[in-house]
Amino acid sequence: MKPDELKSQLEKQKQFKHRLMHKQSQSINPSKQPDVPKGLYKKCDGCGETFSAKKLEKHTQVCPSCGYHFRLKAVDRLRYLVDEHSFKEKGLGYISLDPLFIEGYEQKLEDAKQKSNIDEAYIYGYARIEGMPLVIGVMDSYFMMASMGSVVGEKIAKSAEYAIQKRLPLVMFIASGGARMQEGIFSLMQMAKTSGAIKRLHEEGLLFISVLTHPTTGGVSASHATLADIIIAEPNALIGFAGPRVIKQTIKQDLPEGFQRSEFLEEKGMIDTIVHRHNLRHTLHKLLSMHEVSGV
Amino acid sequence: MDILEKEKKLLKLEEELKSLDDPSAIKQITSQIKDYKQEMMTELNAWDKVLLARHPKRPNAQDVIDHIFEDFIEMKGDRLYSDDRAIIGGVAFYKDRPVTIIAQQKGKTTEDNIHTNFGMPHPEGYRKALRLMRQAEKFKRPIVTFIDTPGAFPGIGAEARGQSNAISENLFAMSDMEVPVIAIVLGEGGSGGALAIGVGNHVYMLEHSIYSILSPEGYASILWKDSTLAQKAAEVMKITASDLLEFNMIEGIIPEPLGGAHHDYKKTFDSIDQTLDQALQSFNNKTAQEIKDQRYNKFRSLGFFQRFNYDNLKGVIS
Ligand SMILES: [Zn+2]
Repeated sequence: MKPDELKSQLEKQKQFKHRLMHKQSQSINPSKQPDVPKGLYKKCDGCGETFSAKKLEKHTQVCPSCGYHFRLKAVDRLRYLVDEHSFKEKGLGYISLDPLFIEGYEQKLEDAKQKSNIDEAYIYGYARIEGMPLVIGVMDSYFMMASMGSVVGEKIAKSAEYAIQKRLPLVMFIASGGARMQEGIFSLMQMAKTSGAIKRLHEEGLLFISVLTHPTTGGVSASHATLADIIIAEPNALIGFAGPRVIKQTIKQDLPEGFQRSEFLEEKGMIDTIVHRHNLRHTLHKLLSMHEVSGV
Repeated sequence: MDILEKEKKLLKLEEELKSLDDPSAIKQITSQIKDYKQEMMTELNAWDKVLLARHPKRPNAQDVIDHIFEDFIEMKGDRLYSDDRAIIGGVAFYKDRPVTIIAQQKGKTTEDNIHTNFGMPHPEGYRKALRLMRQAEKFKRPIVTFIDTPGAFPGIGAEARGQSNAISENLFAMSDMEVPVIAIVLGEGGSGGALAIGVGNHVYMLEHSIYSILSPEGYASILWKDSTLAQKAAEVMKITASDLLEFNMIEGIIPEPLGGAHHDYKKTFDSIDQTLDQALQSFNNKTAQEIKDQRYNKFRSLGFFQRFNYDNLKGVIS
């Protein structure tokens, strides 16, 4: 990048900074119950039935009728999963830049920030599940489909390094459409970065559990997501390297029923187990207990 | 006029040259050809580079292996499922020293390309590569990889047999290989399918090769819902060797002969040979730990973002 281009880039980012910082200074608080607006209804993609937001909230966003798992925002995931008031967010202050000057990217980032109330598609920190400490990271598909750009890659690496520093297990909730296209080759290189950081975590003898949620595709599924000691998936999540549309276009055939879904991957031997959202907290607690490090 | 159209004009001149016997006419056309070649290669845009990188006559991995290594012995199969012809691997001597070679192989004819699946590997290819890299590590010989793929193959079998997992396992293992890994992009470096053999201590690109997150066609279709905007995509994606050098993602650019690699194979091989020799020599006195750390730190540092010191600034606004 030419120096003057870089300068104008940084200048532009400065203008966002004030607003950003204000948002960041109210770091997320997953313990706070959301105000579910009265009369808000959501339709289930699984069975087509409609439910009140309040009812879905009670069922941790799982369809009471057909068991379809709605996509979760990172904050909601933490709220359903970790002990109340236990989450302490780490790795604040990262700002995505626009290395290729893609028209509309800055606006997209801004919109995503407003919509999701987080700064980038991945947040991590310290938390407890039934009293057991861990480092937890969550990718948020409401933020640009949780595509992996430089900041997401960096924060994922940082979360692994934080787990090493604290000698704690790392549990990561995965969701991603793949690469952050707007960051081009920078996005691609994040795959090597996150995979390397996870490798170091393994070298330290620490536990890494990934939970694949809908959707887990592209560069993310082909890096840290599938490098865990234990790979769990939520039911019926789309998990694969190439998207179904691309595969269909390439081979000019219809895809088999259930292709690239959690159950398909389980049958093919690619994941350890499928766990219903209602049982996740329990399963994770048991797994953490079985891998507890006795203070050396 | 793109580079392929310009090349056609060049071919016409060369045809004309063949039909001449008058010495002064020959002299004139020869100098005209030289000038035109020079002219057509100045100010290549990114799309021209895409066309050159995919040129059907461009030397492929097998050509390079045959000419700069000695006694190449191919090692096939992943010992799990099959032998993927999109990735070839084996051992050879390079300047009297054994090395492991792993390369993505494109064909030059349609028939060849069907055999090598247009250089698009299945999981078996990546698992074969991993097997051979582990072998190299055991016997402490350097690894040389040649990248030339539009991407990993998107298919039913590839997904069923764990394409994601095959790629991630390679990134994982390559991140702490104890032997030097030199990766060279020959033509197309497409997406995670390329990176899966590309986590090198040193990475080099041929002058007219490309390295990208996705094909320009795919990029245009995802970002602008219009695959015909591929030329524009090639430009904005920053995929050329000089772009990647500027981003500090590669160690160097391997110069190509005038007109591109396919105009003079010998010169191309010499050029690759020279770079590879220097690259490998630079690791001669390095320990396994140094080799691992250098590669790790290089990829760990890649990214373009900003971080402000949150703790210092928190009190300022509220
Ligand atoms: Zn339902």
